[in-house]
Amino acid sequence: MKPDTLLFPTPKGLFCEVGQFYVDPVQPVERALITHGHADHARSGHTHVLATRETLDIMRIRYGEDFCESEQVASLGERLTINGATVSFHPAGHVLGSAQIAVEAQGTRIVVSGDYKRRRDPTCLPFEPVSCDVFITEATFGLPVFHHPDDRHEIAKLLTSLRQFPERAHLVGAYALGKAQRVIALLREAGHDAPIYIHGALVKLCDYYRTQGYDLGDLRPATIAGQDRQAFAGAVVIGPPSAFADKWARRFPDPVSIFASGWMLVRQRAKQRGVELPMIVSDHCDWAELTQTIREIAPSQVWVTHGREEALVRWCELQGIDARPLHLVGYDDEGE
Amino acid sequence: MRAFAELLDRLVLTPQRNAKIRLLTDYFKATPDPDRGYALAAIAGTLDLKAVKPAILRELVMERMDEVLFRYSYDYVGDLAETISLVWEPAADARSPEYDLSLGGIIHRLQSVGRSEVRGLVRSLLDQMDSSSRYAFLKLVTGGLRIGVSARLAKQAVADVGGREIADVETLWHGLSPPYTQLFQWLEGKSEKPALTTPAVFHAVMLATPVGDNDLAGLDPADFAAEWKWDGIRVQLANLGGTRRLYSRSGDDISGAFPDILESADFEGVIDGELLVGGTSRTNRATRTFSDLQQRLNRKTVSSKMLEDYPAFVRGYDLLFSGATDIRADSYLARRQKLANLVEAASPAHFDLSPLVPFSSWEELDRLRSDPPDPVIEGIMLKRLDSPYTSGRAKGPWFKWKRNPYNIDAVLMYAQRGHGKRSSYYSDFTFGVWTEGDGKDMLVPVGKAYFGFTDAELEVLDRFVRNNTIERFGPVRSVRAEADFGFVVEVAFEGINRSGRHKSGVAMRFPRISRLRLDKLPRDADRLETLIAMIDGGKPV
Repeated sequence: MKPDTLLFPTPKGLFCEVGQFYVDPVQPVERALITHGHADHARSGHTHVLATRETLDIMRIRYGEDFCESEQVASLGERLTINGATVSFHPAGHVLGSAQIAVEAQGTRIVVSGDYKRRRDPTCLPFEPVSCDVFITEATFGLPVFHHPDDRHEIAKLLTSLRQFPERAHLVGAYALGKAQRVIALLREAGHDAPIYIHGALVKLCDYYRTQGYDLGDLRPATIAGQDRQAFAGAVVIGPPSAFADKWARRFPDPVSIFASGWMLVRQRAKQRGVELPMIVSDHCDWAELTQTIREIAPSQVWVTHGREEALVRWCELQGIDARPLHLVGYDDEGE
Repeated sequence: MRAFAELLDRLVLTPQRNAKIRLLTDYFKATPDPDRGYALAAIAGTLDLKAVKPAILRELVMERMDEVLFRYSYDYVGDLAETISLVWEPAADARSPEYDLSLGGIIHRLQSVGRSEVRGLVRSLLDQMDSSSRYAFLKLVTGGLRIGVSARLAKQAVADVGGREIADVETLWHGLSPPYTQLFQWLEGKSEKPALTTPAVFHAVMLATPVGDNDLAGLDPADFAAEWKWDGIRVQLANLGGTRRLYSRSGDDISGAFPDILESADFEGVIDGELLVGGTSRTNRATRTFSDLQQRLNRKTVSSKMLEDYPAFVRGYDLLFSGATDIRADSYLARRQKLANLVEAASPAHFDLSPLVPFSSWEELDRLRSDPPDPVIEGIMLKRLDSPYTSGRAKGPWFKWKRNPYNIDAVLMYAQRGHGKRSSYYSDFTFGVWTEGDGKDMLVPVGKAYFGFTDAELEVLDRFVRNNTIERFGPVRSVRAEADFGFVVEVAFEGINRSGRHKSGVAMRFPRISRLRLDKLPRDADRLETLIAMIDGGKPV
């Protein structure tokens, strides 16, 4: 079967005709396969949803019990038949529960990697390469400028600042699913045992991570009620990035504004956002990891979804790998 | 090199002055000589390095990279040095990532390399650094750190290393050179205070405090002399032991831009005065405005046409050294007499004496201050007759009494979030006034202000911005500003100049929001014509 008849982009998302399902559809559909729980990939309102157990749990936490009509757990590595197609889920290393989805029919296999990363993350399973004819990759950081430094170095920057400015609250902007828990886990690994204060938007997800066996240490609500404002001096406070422009941030003493994101690599980005201490911690591949992954999997074709498609397509051309952009709409290219 | 690179990365994103000083001081304490001294030189602008041309850097990166991929990258990042620092792939045989070059070693190699070897050296250094160090290195060799740290701030941080006054560092500064080993050794108590190698060093200047509400009530006018406060820049001119130097108020050596002043300073001593452009009182030609003076500022060299069109002179306020004798402990009156004698003998086109303003009561002085006889006057200086010349801003011996600021009513147009403590507030405001365009009235932005208001007023402004945003451009919001709906603020400022860089054609000096005019509608705000009439000393309205 020709790959572009097995799976092709439609306005609702990537569609598999022989299987009659969509992968990460951006509008409500009859049957959806979901790679991971981030809001631009996992939306509510589908009829049937197939995803990993963790991703289904996360969707329930975010959208409520009735996020779909019926759900089915996909166990990692298990092959399932959906109409005329066979599918299997494999760890993507992006966030807890994230999976690549391999779609197979008539001897052609396409792997939809969703969002993925290659480096170690204490809060999810590592990426597993799956051989395939077509590898569909994201390109969020698909430019040769992106070389994410070692996480430990970025965490050390935060710990240094805590020592240097013990009178200031250290406000870390981190996305509520994945990034926040990873930053907390990395801080704990680096020996930071002090209480970490979290924004209300993080509470349910952090609790969920704990039920899944991830120890996040002493987490406390970042609320003023019943405590001295000075409790936040020299403490780490974690919240979603949007909260920092909000009145919420005013309760903290002389805050240091920090943002944990791959985008923080580019100085002007940090400056524009008013970030004082950028932490380059990303849940996506950097350039070296994207290109290394393509080399390792060695597919005969690479399709590039959201991000900076043109540079990655150009690189594939230079390597003699057939590549094209998919022009999918609806995914947050700033997704960090 | 890594510590220096990380310091720069932090400084460029740190808005608060005190936080910057702490970052610098911690770095100076933790870094050995000579690296910290070279870092200081790089930040204070005293490091002499051969510049590496951007074209060479481009060629180096192209040796290893596809041109199309480089172009995508450069388009995205927007800064050549940063792009190269990020895309550079070290050669396979490059050093291990743990290896760290010393800043001193890098500078030494750059200073000793021959022209033909520059390319090879830069390539090999880039191979041995991490990305952040590459960025700092490339900024260093392309000659533009731009990290928002003035030389003075760096000196303050240096002084803090040893718990000294900044005046001590400023006095030593021009007698020392990178890597400032003696300076740091002294600050850490490991050696004697460095001896001054040139006598024509900078001495921290004496500053005045503003006249507050009841400051003058208990004082006797007979104890004070009054002088006009001229609108130029405060300078210190030294000619001692055969060395001539012109310093700005903050101790920057600006001799290079004013050869005319240096050449005519054929007396021995140290003068405190105002640097101005135009004619001296002794040549009976008018003193020209600050915008004319600006033509001469911030230049490394100056053309003969510039010297002719914008002749500079010094209006003497005080004398610190008479000949080689330090007379700062003498009284104002005694110093002024010696200053008058010195100026009398000096070149009439380049030196005059700041005239005394006779007055008998504070009320009389208040009237003079409000209506000065020359547009280049920005107020009155009051100096105790018996006061010695002391560095810094002590309250009592010298007062400044500025004339009233200019005021206009303007309309808020854009707002941007502040930094640090204000990062959750819209606290940087762009405001505009009315002008005619395309046959109808429209608002044109005339300035930006981020202070002048109280915390309570900021709450009001912030709420207005949040509730009346029309558009967002990154961190900037545009707000509703229509004839019958919008926010009017009173803006106070010290002066206004023509400016080709601004759409309105005018640029204000020290604008601040002095009042919220909740009682006014945007249609009541001022017009651009009113501002233009204020240019070049038109009277405040």
